[in-house]
Amino acid sequence: MPITTSTTEMPTAGYGAAFLRALKSFALLRESWVGMVGTFLILFWILVAVFAPWLAPFDPNASIQPFAKPGMEAAKISGTFWLGTDHIGRDILSRVIWGSRTVLIYAPLATLCAYTVGILMGLAAGYRGGWVDDVLSRIADIILSFPVLVLYIIIIATIGASGINIIIAITFASSPGIMRIVRGLTLDLRNRDYVAAAQTRGESDWRVMIVEILPNARGPLIVDACLRLGYVIITIGVLGFLGLGLPPPDPDWGGMVNETRQMAMAFPHMTIFPCIAISSLILGFNLLADGLREISLRD
Amino acid sequence: MNKDQAPVLICKDLCISYYTRAGEIPAVVDFSLTVKPGETIGIVGESGCGKSTVAMAIMRYMGANGGIKSGSITFKGRDLTQLSERELRSIRGAEIAMIYQEPFASLNPSLKIKTQLMEVPLAHENISKDEARQRAAQMLSDVNLPDPERMMESYPHQLSGGQQQRVVIAMGLLSNPSLLLLDEPTTALDVTVEAGIVKLVADISKKFGTSQIYISHNLGLILETCDRVFVMYSGEVVEEGTIDSLFTWPKHPYTHGLFACIPLPTADKNAAPLKPIRGQLPLPFERPRGCYYHPRCDHFKPGLCDLERFKMVHVEDSAADHRVRCLRYKEIDHRREVTGGEAKEAIDLGKRVLNVNGMKKYYEVRDSSLRALFAGKRIRQVKANEELNFTARKGETVAIVGESGCGKSTFAKVLMGLETGTAGEVRHNGKEISEVAVRDRSAKQISSLQMVFQNPFDTLNPSHSIGGQISRVIKKFGAETDKQKIFDRVMNLLDTVKLPRDFYFRKPRQLSGGQKQRIGIARAFAGNPSMVIADEPVSALDVSVAAAVTELLMDIQREHKTTLLFISHDLSVVRYLSDRIVVMYLGHIIERGTTEEIFAPPYHPYTEALLSAVPIADPEVTKREIVLEGNLPSAMKPPKGCPFCTRCHRRIGDICDNDLPPEQTVVDRHIIKCHIPLEELRRVLPVITVPDVSERLHVEQRE
Repeated sequence: MPITTSTTEMPTAGYGAAFLRALKSFALLRESWVGMVGTFLILFWILVAVFAPWLAPFDPNASIQPFAKPGMEAAKISGTFWLGTDHIGRDILSRVIWGSRTVLIYAPLATLCAYTVGILMGLAAGYRGGWVDDVLSRIADIILSFPVLVLYIIIIATIGASGINIIIAITFASSPGIMRIVRGLTLDLRNRDYVAAAQTRGESDWRVMIVEILPNARGPLIVDACLRLGYVIITIGVLGFLGLGLPPPDPDWGGMVNETRQMAMAFPHMTIFPCIAISSLILGFNLLADGLREISLRD
Repeated sequence: MNKDQAPVLICKDLCISYYTRAGEIPAVVDFSLTVKPGETIGIVGESGCGKSTVAMAIMRYMGANGGIKSGSITFKGRDLTQLSERELRSIRGAEIAMIYQEPFASLNPSLKIKTQLMEVPLAHENISKDEARQRAAQMLSDVNLPDPERMMESYPHQLSGGQQQRVVIAMGLLSNPSLLLLDEPTTALDVTVEAGIVKLVADISKKFGTSQIYISHNLGLILETCDRVFVMYSGEVVEEGTIDSLFTWPKHPYTHGLFACIPLPTADKNAAPLKPIRGQLPLPFERPRGCYYHPRCDHFKPGLCDLERFKMVHVEDSAADHRVRCLRYKEIDHRREVTGGEAKEAIDLGKRVLNVNGMKKYYEVRDSSLRALFAGKRIRQVKANEELNFTARKGETVAIVGESGCGKSTFAKVLMGLETGTAGEVRHNGKEISEVAVRDRSAKQISSLQMVFQNPFDTLNPSHSIGGQISRVIKKFGAETDKQKIFDRVMNLLDTVKLPRDFYFRKPRQLSGGQKQRIGIARAFAGNPSMVIADEPVSALDVSVAAAVTELLMDIQREHKTTLLFISHDLSVVRYLSDRIVVMYLGHIIERGTTEEIFAPPYHPYTEALLSAVPIADPEVTKREIVLEGNLPSAMKPPKGCPFCTRCHRRIGDICDNDLPPEQTVVDRHIIKCHIPLEELRRVLPVITVPDVSERLHVEQRE
């Protein structure tokens, strides 16, 4: 057969192509209205977080003095303070706006860490099997056998409350769950012929796991990541509520609920607005997960 | 068979469509069929030709998006298209029964066989439980299942695949249906088991008077089971006729093409190679004008074939009811054509590339039950490969033949270094490899021993582009390091496997099964291997695609003088392409020799049964019928003596049960492992008898 000179161009592997592909996937999401609602909720909060300095009318940590006494008429919703002020006279709207930054920085970071650890453990356990699997699975079982809240309290109480420690606690508590998912997927995928093909050309174990297996497990993992982001947001809220979250005075939605809960009967607005903020963001992630699942089932 | 009786089923001008987001897809067009009582109709075609859709339409079980657009299906005088869901339910299962491809998916794993069988008459007839039970047991013995009472109390997982399929057939026959639909009932089974099922299916109409519609992609199976055959292409019937008439004098170019694609005993890889049909099956919404086959047809005449749709016509001067959908069938002289493709040169065999010497592979299975603890037998050995001895030379094609569980894949794993051997040695190019795991082998060693995998849908990583996957192999083997050079090499490889160059950028899901398998071949040959292991590379492909891939593989082999180790269960393909054959059973090599030696007596009794089990799509080839009893024994508990003694039809006595048979040398490099003396084995008649060219029917007609 005559071999013609190469007429085909070399592939231009650029970020432009990757960006286009991402756009295309997003276009697919448009077919699921549930996913679209979720995306808009999340986008809304991301924009709020990004533009917080310009959106927030007041300094979130400043007590606006005349209103610092609980029970004052003006502490409730007014023209100046759209969502009212809290028990020490801080503007709730500003705190909710700034609080979105806390959540949107720590929740994805914590999820990312949990995923990194979980994926590596799951790949190793599922691909290697044998004693590696036994050891890793038993560790995961032990961690999962603790009630999550107890686990958080123990960890945070031991290592102290700070942003980094929240990430550590969440990674510790949720990576076993992720590991189980990855392990299950790996057990299935490692028997595929393309994995055997990679093995027979002498690829290293880690390359097989990360290049050959992991990309094919991405479907269920992406859906799970969206759901888990929601749970992590709840967790951060709960930690804040338990007083184990970020140390005051920086705004944190869970902390805001905690600080004002004793006054919730008299001044419901102090607790309700942070609560709405938390739920809407979680709802956003859950709906997005639903939408993604719907699309992935379609083809 | 009573030809005067009213037909059981009449399909008239049936058009079936699926409705999807992309619009209406016509799956079957203009389909007419008449089934007489006791008659077996075969529907043959490649995947996507609509044969299963026809079966589903007859059951009126089309799913949410399918529908009968026009035409009628008359079953015993009632038009099935007009019936309500309730009336249909009384017909399905009772009067029309269907048997599917995978028996393990058709049986409920949590119910006993008894419960599932009795359900059928209890649902459709007003009879007592005792009577239902009796009938179920009777039916089980009618489908030749041993020990029906024990079967009745079993769960599906306790039965083998062949037994399960017999149970499914029994279930279908229980309510004494007038029509039985069989959709590829043996595709998931081993050849020797398949032979048993085929024999059973062929006996059903005699025994029960049931009419059958047998759907298959395998012309050989159709020949063995059916009275009439319908050949379908792209949603329409292109030819129909009685078995004798259609198999002896096929009229439609497509039917001819199909026959040229299957390795019949007359085909030869050098003198008369397979001739794949060019092009691809058109997608349902891209069907061409006029004859759907015209873009692939060698006898296409512009201005005639591509204008209008036309009806089936009765073939002139044919006594049997033989109809064809072709305008030019009278003009085409199939006789003058060479049936096969161009003759090719044989490869000269070179030095020994592979030397397997007493190779053993045992797996250890840890039994952690209490009983094993007390007995002190914690570790049991599974003998996957036992004393393998054979050699392969440069440019030679060696086939390893055997049914599932015979240890052929384990052997491939040891060769590839995915497992290490327990004892003995395997030398590849003089270097011992059986104890060297793949990660301890040098890049050169790895690249000189590569593999083509079985499942085309699994062989490529769906997440990476074709180009990326082939480039990686070249990079890994260190053949090239420069980016541009690697790219050029990938392009050359794509040319070699006859795929367009822009496939570089495609993802595997955009490729068809045959195209994926070509990429798999390109990948295996990327590092210029001296030996390639092909594990059933074409068994999952359609006949015309399989022929093309087989030819491609052999062309590349010829060009590179590669040694090919071909693993397969299909003796007809093996006979066609291999120079030497190794027959394995339960981890043992029971016979090895050249292809001619294997296909002629003396045979090992198992080889004899395997040869008899292969369906051959040629009515003039006669076969001696040998149907094996029983199942393959478990590798955990192999028989003490000869591995084949439990199923052997030539058992000579206790010696078979107790002693491992010796290796008897017939001639140099032809070895049979059997207790029966060679003189006796030599007296056995040949299993397959191919008539001389001069004695052939269609030759006589030419004069």
